[in-house]
Amino acid sequence: MMRRPLLLLAAALALSSCGAEPETADYGADPALPEPSRGLLPSMVISRPAPWGEARPTVPQGYTIEAIATDLKIPRQTLILPNGDILVAEGSGGGAPTVRPKDIIASFIKGRGKSSVPGGNRLTLLRDVDRDGRYEVNSIFAEGLNAPYGLALVNGVLYVANQDEVVRFDYSDGQTKANGPPIHVSDLPSAINHHWTKAMTASPDGRFLYVGIGSNSNITERGMDAEIDRAMIWQIDAQTGAHRQYATGLRNPTALAFQPGTNQLWAVVNERDEIGPNLVPDYLTSVRERGFYGWPYSYWGQNVDRRAQPQDPERVAAALRPDYSLGSHVAALGVAFSNPNMGSAFADGVFVGEHGSWNRSVPVGYKVVFVPFRDGHPAGDPVDFVTGFLGDDGRARGRPVGVSVDPRGALIVADDLSNTVWRITPTVAAPASK
Amino acid sequence: MWTVVSALFAPGLQRPIHPLHAILLSFPLPMFLSALLSDIAYASTFHIQWINFSAWLLVGGLIGGGFALLWTLVELVRDRSTRSMRPFTFAGLMLLMWVLGFINSLVHAKDGWATMPDSLWLSSIATVLALVAAWIGYSGLRAGDPR
Repeated sequence: MMRRPLLLLAAALALSSCGAEPETADYGADPALPEPSRGLLPSMVISRPAPWGEARPTVPQGYTIEAIATDLKIPRQTLILPNGDILVAEGSGGGAPTVRPKDIIASFIKGRGKSSVPGGNRLTLLRDVDRDGRYEVNSIFAEGLNAPYGLALVNGVLYVANQDEVVRFDYSDGQTKANGPPIHVSDLPSAINHHWTKAMTASPDGRFLYVGIGSNSNITERGMDAEIDRAMIWQIDAQTGAHRQYATGLRNPTALAFQPGTNQLWAVVNERDEIGPNLVPDYLTSVRERGFYGWPYSYWGQNVDRRAQPQDPERVAAALRPDYSLGSHVAALGVAFSNPNMGSAFADGVFVGEHGSWNRSVPVGYKVVFVPFRDGHPAGDPVDFVTGFLGDDGRARGRPVGVSVDPRGALIVADDLSNTVWRITPTVAAPASK
Repeated sequence: MWTVVSALFAPGLQRPIHPLHAILLSFPLPMFLSALLSDIAYASTFHIQWINFSAWLLVGGLIGGGFALLWTLVELVRDRSTRSMRPFTFAGLMLLMWVLGFINSLVHAKDGWATMPDSLWLSSIATVLALVAAWIGYSGLRAGDPR
């Protein structure tokens, strides 16, 4: 409790000394939203990669972290199968064309913070045969996919969201390799694919798939025509492949999950850049059916973004406020609901994987946080769960993407910089649920 | 005042600038002017492609203008015989034009409507500077018999 005033003091000192960016962004349901600002040059700090060596990410006391798979090819999202096997989607999509001189320079700079390994375009299956926490089996479940990202298993069918379509494989328990080539389910919007990741989850009854489709620009700088069917969540009938728009105005919904025991869809969303270090907060929100969440016309409810022209006051008036700010530029790319087997302090809430910032002079993110819930809603500040991805030397050892919670009590984190899958478990076996 | 203006713009017998210098100097005015026109087109239609055109036109003007500026500066250093202010005025104008053009490029790197209205002002000023610099440059920078 004593640490908070100290932190505030430190933040105040940092503010007064450099006059720029406070160390911490604002969290929760009602974040402070400063006035938009942008100098002649956007703030860009790229954390250059460095190997882990003997170092490991930091986890809370009472928890252990292990690398259960290394040398992968850009692991993004993971799925825990009913028998405890883990599927890892590996790939790198995108490839939006160069439109402006800026694109050449920005892609060079941002490329300096990424892994040089080409994306695997495959699914890797990890298996812990003897349940000792070491995953001895590491086999390729399927390959030749197109930047696979979202994964869902319902009623014996494995659905994979490539960057341009949803495909399916039949799956039965214990399988380590797909029976055959992927079968087409539904096309996904893929022209340009500025934000290419297609997050996916399935409704609890398995009838619908929900796919997150990111915008084709930061803030409409590729024109409004490029944004048709973008920045939204689709609901796809798993049987027929037919889709409809479930919710819109979500700039880049990078991970989706259903709250256990409910029919409520949640998403983490990456918000817009280049209007300041503390704008616009990336967020965690329950997704309201047919809701409009502002992009591109406004952010965090009715805060108008003048960069999107022509403006649309009617849509601004209808824009919903998200539930919970995770902080600006943290780049939330993973979300998973916890369970009591994760230990009492982390039993009720969600884990969020934060890839880390580039559009900020003081980097943020580069960690996995836990957002505690009470009565089904976020309650309280996020708690650091896995840190140490960004070293004191300013170099990045890893960058977290997807997170999954193993029902037996383990958090699985995909790291697309060190090409590792991490597994975090309570050191002392937690009491079983109920 | 008038003597300064007439000395700059109607300087009497001046040696024409080198053909390659002239070719480089021919870039900034049409490119900055075109950038201004496409800025205006974006401002009045919201069609994003116009501001993309502007961004590339500015780069073209800056490359041609940058080499023309470099040539001017090298000549200033190499040939110190001249007593006239003309080459210095020209170099100063070119430098100012280039710096404003560069700042304008940074403004054009902002996203969407964030380029407005600064881009309109900067493109206008850079175009006027390019016009004046071209006028002075093509009138000749140094006294002497025409070749």
